[in-house]
Amino acid sequence: MTTQLRNFWQTLTGQGSREPQVARPLIVDRPRGPAAPALGIAPNDPIVMYFQSTPGVAEIDRLNLDSPALRALKKTGVKLAVPLVSQGELVGLLNLGPRLSEQDYSSDDRALLNTLATQAAPAVRVAQLVRQQQAEAIARERIEQELHVARLIQQTLLPKEAPVLAGWQVAAYYQPARAVGGDFYDFIFFPDGQLGLVIGDVSDKGVPAALVMATTRAILRGAAQRLVSPGQVLERVNEVLCPDIPPNMFVTCLYAILDLASGRLQYANAGHDLPYRRTDRGAIELRATGMPLGLMPGMHYEEKETTLAAGETVLFYSDGLVEAHNPERVMFSFPRLMGLVGKHPGGVALIDFLQHALADFTGPDWEQEDDVTLVILQRTSPPVPLSGSERGSEGERSGEGDWQTLTEFTMPSEPGNERQAMEQVAAAVQELHLPRARLERLKTAVAEATMNAMEHGNKYRAELPVFIRVLASATALSVRVTDRGGDRLIPDPETPDLEAKLAGLQTPRGWGLFLIKNMVDEMRVTSDDTHHTIELILYLEGDEHGHSTP
Amino acid sequence: MATQHLEAKVRHHPSVAIIDLHGEINAFAEEALNAAYAEAGSRNPDAILLNFGDVDYINSTGIALIVSLLAQARKSRRRLLACGLSEHYVEVFQITRLADFMSIFSDEASALAAAPEAAS
Repeated sequence: MTTQLRNFWQTLTGQGSREPQVARPLIVDRPRGPAAPALGIAPNDPIVMYFQSTPGVAEIDRLNLDSPALRALKKTGVKLAVPLVSQGELVGLLNLGPRLSEQDYSSDDRALLNTLATQAAPAVRVAQLVRQQQAEAIARERIEQELHVARLIQQTLLPKEAPVLAGWQVAAYYQPARAVGGDFYDFIFFPDGQLGLVIGDVSDKGVPAALVMATTRAILRGAAQRLVSPGQVLERVNEVLCPDIPPNMFVTCLYAILDLASGRLQYANAGHDLPYRRTDRGAIELRATGMPLGLMPGMHYEEKETTLAAGETVLFYSDGLVEAHNPERVMFSFPRLMGLVGKHPGGVALIDFLQHALADFTGPDWEQEDDVTLVILQRTSPPVPLSGSERGSEGERSGEGDWQTLTEFTMPSEPGNERQAMEQVAAAVQELHLPRARLERLKTAVAEATMNAMEHGNKYRAELPVFIRVLASATALSVRVTDRGGDRLIPDPETPDLEAKLAGLQTPRGWGLFLIKNMVDEMRVTSDDTHHTIELILYLEGDEHGHSTP
Repeated sequence: MATQHLEAKVRHHPSVAIIDLHGEINAFAEEALNAAYAEAGSRNPDAILLNFGDVDYINSTGIALIVSLLAQARKSRRRLLACGLSEHYVEVFQITRLADFMSIFSDEASALAAAPEAAS
């Protein structure tokens, strides 16, 4: 009898009769002996209802139900079935075949089985609950793991820091939702003094969105290097993305190219929320039309351009902000955002201002539904500061639109080439009729900046050129020397300790940056992931900024 | 533009050795400069005069080479003098404070005239 019980012991995990329409078989535990094949009972099988309403041992051969499970039991040779019912729910069956002695089961046997079933049912139920919880915990862990992966992809690909640019302030804020939306932003640096700005949102969440985001970012970066027009770049991204993007997914994306010297901003928009430009007349939308990326091939993207004046700010953002809801289910909305941007003086502080406005709006118990991304671009002041009180108003009035490129060229990173760079810059600034001493200082600064770029930035790899751009406005001269050494920092110029060098305590070298700083009126260092630029500024108005009169 | 390598020739005067420099003082100048300095010091002069009259370019690596010469000179208690520097490089020598450690003269004659004094 014990052997038989053991051989025919089956437990069923049961969802019970609460889901009668679901034809999902109950999970059947693996039998502990060789005799009993696994038996699945569908939750809507009539036998479930029968066992729940008729406790006690059932003689299978005497049952007459239109039940697939009953037919299976009969076919297997089960003679007795003892339902294990816990809290009104069928959690398993104790199935017994014919006795080995070929005698019928006695009433004692049945009483014993009933007692056993009464005691076993709650134990089986507990075991089932434990197992269910374990399964749920594993599922939860898997979801967490996926979210972790999604976050990791996103965090890895988002810029580590905003670029530091002379005359501009750039800042970004990214707050992922728990489920990790597909927001992204990117800065692309071009050696000719232009900056690409990207903001986008993938129409999904989690790992799929993160993967599409990563793909879009990579395609866009590639296209941006080859194509100069933002509309063409988006067209190209759309063409490449379309065949591969999963159905029902798409990407909204705005791509803008900023000319750092003139403030000209060209942009095209693939269905992304319109940026706001904060001017002295309030906030205005930067509107350009275009379909989101990945919906259909052959799309064209309208291209617009504007020139940002000193003090103006552009806010790029994602729908996580405007579509945030407060406890009354009211949406934050575009008009509210536009009003806030118009009220604020602009600049990087706008991020903090909007964060607080959002927190006030949603209240403390807000469950963030989507990623919130904000990118701020502000033209701070002309790179040519005017003296004292003139600085603000005069600077804004003159803007930077009057910068002219005198020359731009590249120079292979080979020892000695700094002299050629120096002579080319000297030739380009000839028309400015700099006093001789100023010109000599500029030449030394250009030579040193070029040498620094070739040696420390490009490691004297001839195939990596140094890019040099010379710009002039009515009041200043700017020489920008750019290398490809973005992975290392240009240290702050320090005054070398000559005594220590003469005493042999320090290397005799280390004069370059110190010389540059002392040769020009201002030296600015800007960096991104791949480039370093040293900008040399000489003021052209009189010599009050200079070191000495020649 | 081909890089102009440095030529350095030594002339020996009583108590002063003069190194006439011609070309650029940059990384390529190291060998020529050190060889000339060794030769200039061979007769154990009180002072060594660097004549920059024919030097049209000195970069930061060149400055470092001059710092090395200056360190050697101080070690052997010998004065290092300079002449013939353009106004610009005089300014560079002042900014780098090299001028605090080596006397700078406008030309060779004034350097030689002042040499015994400078060397003392």
